[in-house]
Amino acid sequence: MTTYIKLAWRNLWRNKKRTLIAAASVFFAVILSLIMRSMQKGYYDYMIDSSVRLYTGHIQIHGKDFWEKRSLEESMLFDEAVMHKLKENKNIIQILPRLETYSLISFGIVSRVVQVTGINPDLENEVTKLKDKITDGSYLNENSKGILLAEGLAKLLNVNVGDSVVLYGQGFHGISAAAVIPVIGIVRFAIPEQNKSFTYLSLTFAQEHFSAFDRITSLSILLNDANEIESVKTFLKNFFDDSHEIMDWAELSPELVQSIQIDNASGIIMLGILYVVIAFGIFGTIVMMTAERVKEFGILISIGMKKWKLALVTTLETIFISFIGVTAGALVSIPILLYLVHHPIPLTGETADAILEWGFDPIIPFALYSGMYFAQIWTVFAIAILSAFYPINFIRRLKPSVALRG
Amino acid sequence: MKLIELYSVTKIYDETIVPVKAVDNVDLQIDKGEFTAIVGPSGSGKTTLLNLISGLDQPTSGKIVVDGTDISTYNEDELINFRLHHIGFVFQAYNLIPVFTAKENVEFIMLLQNISKSEREKRAIDFLDAVGLKDRINNFPTELSGGQQQRVAVARALASTPSFVLADEPTANLDSVSAESLLDLMEKLNKEHNMTFIFSTHDEKVIRRAHRVIQLRDGKIEKDVLMN
Ligand SMILES: Nc1ncnc2c1ncn2[C@@H]1O[C@H](COP(=O)(O)OP(=O)(O)O)[C@@H](O)[C@H]1O
Ligand SMILES: [Mg+2]
Repeated sequence: MTTYIKLAWRNLWRNKKRTLIAAASVFFAVILSLIMRSMQKGYYDYMIDSSVRLYTGHIQIHGKDFWEKRSLEESMLFDEAVMHKLKENKNIIQILPRLETYSLISFGIVSRVVQVTGINPDLENEVTKLKDKITDGSYLNENSKGILLAEGLAKLLNVNVGDSVVLYGQGFHGISAAAVIPVIGIVRFAIPEQNKSFTYLSLTFAQEHFSAFDRITSLSILLNDANEIESVKTFLKNFFDDSHEIMDWAELSPELVQSIQIDNASGIIMLGILYVVIAFGIFGTIVMMTAERVKEFGILISIGMKKWKLALVTTLETIFISFIGVTAGALVSIPILLYLVHHPIPLTGETADAILEWGFDPIIPFALYSGMYFAQIWTVFAIAILSAFYPINFIRRLKPSVALRG
Repeated sequence: MKLIELYSVTKIYDETIVPVKAVDNVDLQIDKGEFTAIVGPSGSGKTTLLNLISGLDQPTSGKIVVDGTDISTYNEDELINFRLHHIGFVFQAYNLIPVFTAKENVEFIMLLQNISKSEREKRAIDFLDAVGLKDRINNFPTELSGGQQQRVAVARALASTPSFVLADEPTANLDSVSAESLLDLMEKLNKEHNMTFIFSTHDEKVIRRAHRVIQLRDGKIEKDVLMN
């Protein structure tokens, strides 16, 4: 076997330049596709992480059917004791209680339906940085009896800080909830939907206003490690009884999951194109290496070399070319990707501003998973094996007497 | 002792519009220890005849018996194995594996025969010594002259301990001095080891060295003469 390996290896270097070009095409394609994959995965991780931080949390707990009906009737009781008990789970780093409902808001002759969210102002700001979105007035504190309005909504109503709006709707058990509430701050959201309809009260004031004392509609839970979602879900299912529903971020944001899937599919198509480049690099070289050695093959078979042994040598050659490229590409890409993971590419200018407004950092993030490497190595290996069928088949059909006449 | 027997062997190539009778109803016997030349102009059927003897080509009709076996009963793999153990080959050119040294080339045929590493090495050196290349064993083919390359091919042929050596125009690419000296070597091996050599040529100087000359013309044996 060592002789055949030696033969295959030396055969590769009979035409150094060509072998290097073929290996280089694999090398660059591997690096390129790894960087591309790293960027995509990094982006998904980042999107998920941001969405989890800014919006859904990793896991949410609601009263049963709340997610469907969004009504205060599906709210649940909540107190500090629950909070403390949950925090005993080491994977849980933050818990956000919210009371969410809809209400009519009026100022002068203009009325709108808005989303009203009762929040714990400090906790909320720790996680979602709501305070940073204030463009006018001040943020809430625990005992505020004022309201924060989204900037777009304030414009629609033509309201300024210091004015008072009428909040009119239904509270818990259908009790009517109406009050005149001073506007203490304006917050700006990048997403237009939110900017036109979001309002915030302090949780205690919201509970009082909607007659939902000690009640909340959702608990958002933030974990220190997204990989622990399943275990924490199990923990929560045991903790809360059947009158609660426990949903993870993927269930809460199916659109995000879907958009990642679509983007991922387009990424895989790009990868496919790169693999075609790799395949041509390998296959073209193999075809040439076969064509120029017909006579040599003829002589080897004539003197008594079994065809399968010759095919073994050509297969080894194919595997060697591929693996020079894939190994070099994988090795070189490790430091590149490690660097990029730790130093995401910063964005500047208008793009950066726009992204900042959405609450995200203006960066192109990267991720590094061993799975990305295995996928590459296996794919290139598969291409090599497929390419190897060309000389194998050629040798199988070769008649030495014909080959010798050249 | 009969080594090779051909009975009414005909080979017709009908790939072209006009079928070509490359070998035409040939009866021939070659004995152990012969030093025989197959001669004739280009296209007379020398290569075809040698290929039929080695099983590289199959006759259209007739029977070929080599070493007592009717080789027409062999399948492709059996023929390859048969050649490996019974026939030593020397071709006109490109005999050697270019990425292997002289020694590795000679060893390679013994590797195919599953001979042990130590035995391979010993025999490779012995045979390269026998063809006068003791100081060239670690040279690659490109570092050897044409004559030296053919000598390595002869050493390889002998290293497989064949029943006979087939050489299709072994001197065609050599200058006359190298050709003479290759013939000297082959003749010496024939005399000292009783190795049978069957070689084709159309070179007068080479023909003169043969002990038996089989003259082909249009696939037929025109003359078959023993020299003194
Ligand atoms: N594969 C083939 N197909 C068709 N004709 C062939 C083939 N091989 C040889 N021939 C023909 O057979 C005849 C004998 O050729 P060959 O044995 O090569 O002669 P030589 O070796 O004496 O030059 C020639 O006419 C040649 O053209
Ligand atoms: Mg010929």
